[in-house]
Amino acid sequence: MTRRQKKTLIRIIISAVLFAAALAVTHIIKLTWWAELIIFLVPYLVIGYDVIMKAARNIVHGQVFDECFLMALATVGAFAVKEYPEAAAVMLFYQVGELFQSIAVGKSRKSIAALMDIRPDHANVIRDGVEVTVSPEEVMTGEEIVVRVGERVPLDGVITEGATSLNTAALTGESLPRDVGTGENVLSGSINSGSVFRMRTTGTYKESAVSKIMELVERSAERKAKSENFITKFARYYTPAVVLGALLLALIPPLLFHGEWAEWIHRALIFLVVSCPCALVISVPLSFFSGMGGASARGILVKGASFIEALSKVGTVVFDKTGTLTKGSFGVSAIHANGITGAELLDIAAVAESFSNHPIAQSIVRAHGKHIDSSRIGSLSELSGLGIKAVIDGREVYAGNRRLMESIGVSPVCSMGCSHDMHETCVHIAIGGVYAGHILISDEVKATAKSAVGALKGAGIRTVMLTGDSNKVGEEVGALLGLDEVHAGLLPEDKVSITEGMLDGKGRRTLAFVGDGINDAPVLTRADVGIAMGALGSDAAIEAADVVLTDDDPMKVSLAVRIAKKTMRIVRENIAFALLVKLAVLILGALGVANMWIAVFADVGVAVLAILNAVRAMRPPRAR
Amino acid sequence: MKKTFALEDLDCANCAAKMENGIKKLDGVKDASVSFITQKMTVEAEDGVDFDELMKKIVKTVRKIEPDCRIIM
Repeated sequence: MTRRQKKTLIRIIISAVLFAAALAVTHIIKLTWWAELIIFLVPYLVIGYDVIMKAARNIVHGQVFDECFLMALATVGAFAVKEYPEAAAVMLFYQVGELFQSIAVGKSRKSIAALMDIRPDHANVIRDGVEVTVSPEEVMTGEEIVVRVGERVPLDGVITEGATSLNTAALTGESLPRDVGTGENVLSGSINSGSVFRMRTTGTYKESAVSKIMELVERSAERKAKSENFITKFARYYTPAVVLGALLLALIPPLLFHGEWAEWIHRALIFLVVSCPCALVISVPLSFFSGMGGASARGILVKGASFIEALSKVGTVVFDKTGTLTKGSFGVSAIHANGITGAELLDIAAVAESFSNHPIAQSIVRAHGKHIDSSRIGSLSELSGLGIKAVIDGREVYAGNRRLMESIGVSPVCSMGCSHDMHETCVHIAIGGVYAGHILISDEVKATAKSAVGALKGAGIRTVMLTGDSNKVGEEVGALLGLDEVHAGLLPEDKVSITEGMLDGKGRRTLAFVGDGINDAPVLTRADVGIAMGALGSDAAIEAADVVLTDDDPMKVSLAVRIAKKTMRIVRENIAFALLVKLAVLILGALGVANMWIAVFADVGVAVLAILNAVRAMRPPRAR
Repeated sequence: MKKTFALEDLDCANCAAKMENGIKKLDGVKDASVSFITQKMTVEAEDGVDFDELMKKIVKTVRKIEPDCRIIM
């Protein structure tokens, strides 16, 4: 509790005791009206003096429809119609409610902020051989720092000494620790859960992953959702309308229909009590904030409430294949040797490809993994569009595509019975004019890609894949993952035009585009929701995207949609709940059924309940 | 130019909304956002506007709506 809240609590207790005493006294002995007024005025002023003062001050400033003013007017009105206990009680309950509200908002704000706060508080930097503790902002690029167990990595860098495991949960939401050793990159924000290590920084704090995330999260409150704007607009008309209603209720029945003044004024005061739209104005933004906080704790950084809204209405998710559904790096997936062993085939192929920097060639060299003795190569030439011709260990070797084999009169066969129409790329090898087998290279599909697509389809979302690869590759991957639609053989500008075409014909549901942020910034910007995956390294992607996934797991897309849907459901619940209760109290109040106590509940009680409901958005939605 | 300020003792959400409206209406303000949740205010001024002068007007507007609230500058 803050000092202010403690002070209010003390005032509430004193006032409540005085109020109980006053009730007891009036119960036992009959007092004159002014004596009764005075003994109820004491607890009333103890608890309400600040409200009255504020009301007076605001009137001077011309703020008529201020919450304090309306509360003051309602209670003073109650005194005027000689409802002394009620007047004091309403002010007391109002303050109790306000206190609860303030505590609830403060608590949830703190817990959500804690979820988002991944700021390191210090760095142990080595300067002139001595370790000094400084704030992360003071560390320069290229300095060496020590990270102890339990500490947060303060800046991005490369490990120079030691090996450890890092807990990256704060960055990616991934709870499994990641093992890293000397020479490997570490991102700021992860927690050292293994052993002490030294690292060299590769940038300043401002350029680090942590500051990028923090900046993104902190600016998220600026982009308000449509429902937030609706509520603020609604609030602007709601209060004056209810006050006008109160005025009419107080005047018309007594003037036109011989109603009793005190009775109708009393009913009108109920209107004043429920005229503050606080429950709505607090709980709706808090729900969004809470949803964004929960998402960011799971490695989904949403740039603003408006994108939570858009995500919840997603009808189509468009994936850019490479880097989102596939790893974007080639790997050897199979070796089918013919007449020699697989190891021999890979060895020869790796030697032949060792001078090429084509990604396919490099993947073969990587798969081989051993030292390559270049003296084994007698001669080597690259045949453009075909492959490589070389003399290795004195034998003539051809390595390349099917056309290369045909051009030298060798026909590829496969002892493993593989059809060469696989989605993989195939490198055929002939040694000494004899077919020696082939190596299958593929852009590996991510482990969770299939279930990620399945989860989206299960939620009734159309899944589309765009790729620059050939039709054959595109269709194979599409069929493997169960995508609804595949567009292959695209140039980057085609991706924009296809996405725009889908944006035009999508109706009321929104379209999300998922890319790795490397060369799809234009599409990320065009889509209703641009999702950049594993994009912490790229400023351009962070700039262009609306949602940034800190790791490259495609499952996060459906999780983001689920979080957004849950958040929106809570927003709608809060709006409906607050409006219905207030409307009900207004009607009951006008009919003379509800009293001011109920009205106070409709005001602050509903606000507290809506706040508690809003905090639910922070917790992860249940998986289907 | 766009600047963000922390707010202290911003107690009521409705006041935050009123402040936002009030600041948006000031001359020279391109866009403004007051967040009750994060207790922050972001002001984007139009080009060529003296920010310090503008801030004086903003402080006045804030004081009028919620006298307890302070802008940390």
